Amino acid sequence: MTAAEIRAAVIEILKTISPDSDFSELDDERPFREQVELDSMDFLDIVLQLRKLYRIHIPEEDYPALQSMASTVAYLEPKMRDLQKV
Amino acid sequence: MKDFLKGVRDNYDVIVIGSGLAGLTAANTLAKAGYSVLLLEQHYQLGGMATWFKRRGGHIFDISLHGFPVGMIKSCRRYWTSEIADAIVQLRHIRFDNPMFSLETTFDREDFTRLLTGRFGVPHATVQAFFDTARAMNFYDDQATTVGELFSRFFPGREDVVRLLMEPITYANGSTLEDPAIAYGIVFSNFMSKGVYTFQGGTDRLVGLMKQELLRNGVDLRIRASVERILVERGRVLGVTANGRQIRARAVVSNANLKLTILQLVGPEHFDPAFVEKTRAVRLNNSSCQVYMALRPGETIDENACGDLLFSSTAPLFRTELLLSRQITSRTYSFYYPRTRPGSNRTLIVSSTNARYQDWAGLSDADYQASKQELIESTLDAVAKYVPDIRVKLAHVEASTPRTFQFYTRHLEGASFGTKFEGLAVSRAVPEQVAGLYHAGSVGIIMSGWLGAVNYGVIVANDVDAYLLKQQPVAPLPPDDAREALPA
Repeated sequence: MTAAEIRAAVIEILKTISPDSDFSELDDERPFREQVELDSMDFLDIVLQLRKLYRIHIPEEDYPALQSMASTVAYLEPKMRDLQKV
Repeated sequence: MKDFLKGVRDNYDVIVIGSGLAGLTAANTLAKAGYSVLLLEQHYQLGGMATWFKRRGGHIFDISLHGFPVGMIKSCRRYWTSEIADAIVQLRHIRFDNPMFSLETTFDREDFTRLLTGRFGVPHATVQAFFDTARAMNFYDDQATTVGELFSRFFPGREDVVRLLMEPITYANGSTLEDPAIAYGIVFSNFMSKGVYTFQGGTDRLVGLMKQELLRNGVDLRIRASVERILVERGRVLGVTANGRQIRARAVVSNANLKLTILQLVGPEHFDPAFVEKTRAVRLNNSSCQVYMALRPGETIDENACGDLLFSSTAPLFRTELLLSRQITSRTYSFYYPRTRPGSNRTLIVSSTNARYQDWAGLSDADYQASKQELIESTLDAVAKYVPDIRVKLAHVEASTPRTFQFYTRHLEGASFGTKFEGLAVSRAVPEQVAGLYHAGSVGIIMSGWLGAVNYGVIVANDVDAYLLKQQPVAPLPPDDAREALPA
């Protein structure tokens, strides 16, 4: 998957977790929490969904990497590079 | 004698020990993920501390349904059912009554801001800065700052403000001014930003709905099934012995008390000595005393004087150690109006106080009964301030003590809020010690209360799922097949 595809995949997951939020204006460089209402359980659900859909393991110590879209994509890119888009 | 394990299989993917909200939620999440799950509960009723009891005359008392954060709606919808989520309603009348102030609040950021800037005269900017600081706190922050230090930074010398902001949290999870500020901040931002909520229909309905859902998802549910040992061999969990019978599992989730799990069910010999030391050093949270009062059918009380949840105290100043004393000065009342259980005509009152197990453990039977009676009488006198004719309206009254909690939950020292903050790190590190063994339960303030327990159950189920997937690695599939194999 390319970085753009990974970003789109994360957006799809975010939409299921927070159906009332608008992600069209998301600033990739700013933390998610400053822009949309996401709590720590929502972040866990991102991890859960990534595992369910792409079988990617994200250990707890790496959770801070999921702060913003930019940091999330940078973190996932090496793990998802060889995957096909779902 | 009835065999409560009749028909139990020899093998499961996962065995969950204990049916507190964390155990129930972990079991449900794992069953939904497709694993075979056996849930073992030693008591005759599911729910752990999320429990209730019935008395002749049709009285139903809730033990721990006092109020939880709004996040419970989302967690129930996501990890349970819409029916459960839809039964959650707000408690709008949260009252405080003590020598420093008497007020009512909807218990949300907006209303606290109104109270703090108006009545307490704190500058608006200070209030906002405090809320923002509390909200920004998370796990990775420093643990050196205490709650007390946090308060003195924003509200120096303002014992009344500290009381308003701290008393409910102390009651919710037993935390004190000496606990790490981050624990308070996380609970505060969850709990005090959007009000206090309850479950319509009572704890019995909630647990009943959860039971239905567990059965729907194929969980093998067993009550009166007491786990004697968690079986471990060469650093890996093998299963459990329950009611004298061995049952194997690839993973075990213990929702029993943390120290009980490590030191008794598994045994210290299976852990690193340094880890055992850490476990022994984990402080249990305090226990509770409660007095349960049921009014005669059809009797009502003045809602304006009582509210839904009332934090009352006669102590001139707020001191967390005072809350544990046998000389009770502070009581939290939950008032259950008939609407709690729609269709009912009953009003019930539960008075809760924090208490120490040691103060009750050593009493002789006669002294114990006398102390309980004294607790009942002094509570009725105290309630009379809000329900003047309580003794006339009363149909049934009884009390529970730390001994009662110990008896029913088997928590060490009857701990009713799990462990102190340091318990969380020990709980999380259990699987590093014994492969396939997990703990989910009330630990470390953050993971306590109804919402904390539900969420911790999900977090641990997530770990178990990751472990089980890794244990039986699936061969990488060619891309096109993978597409079909993966859920859309």
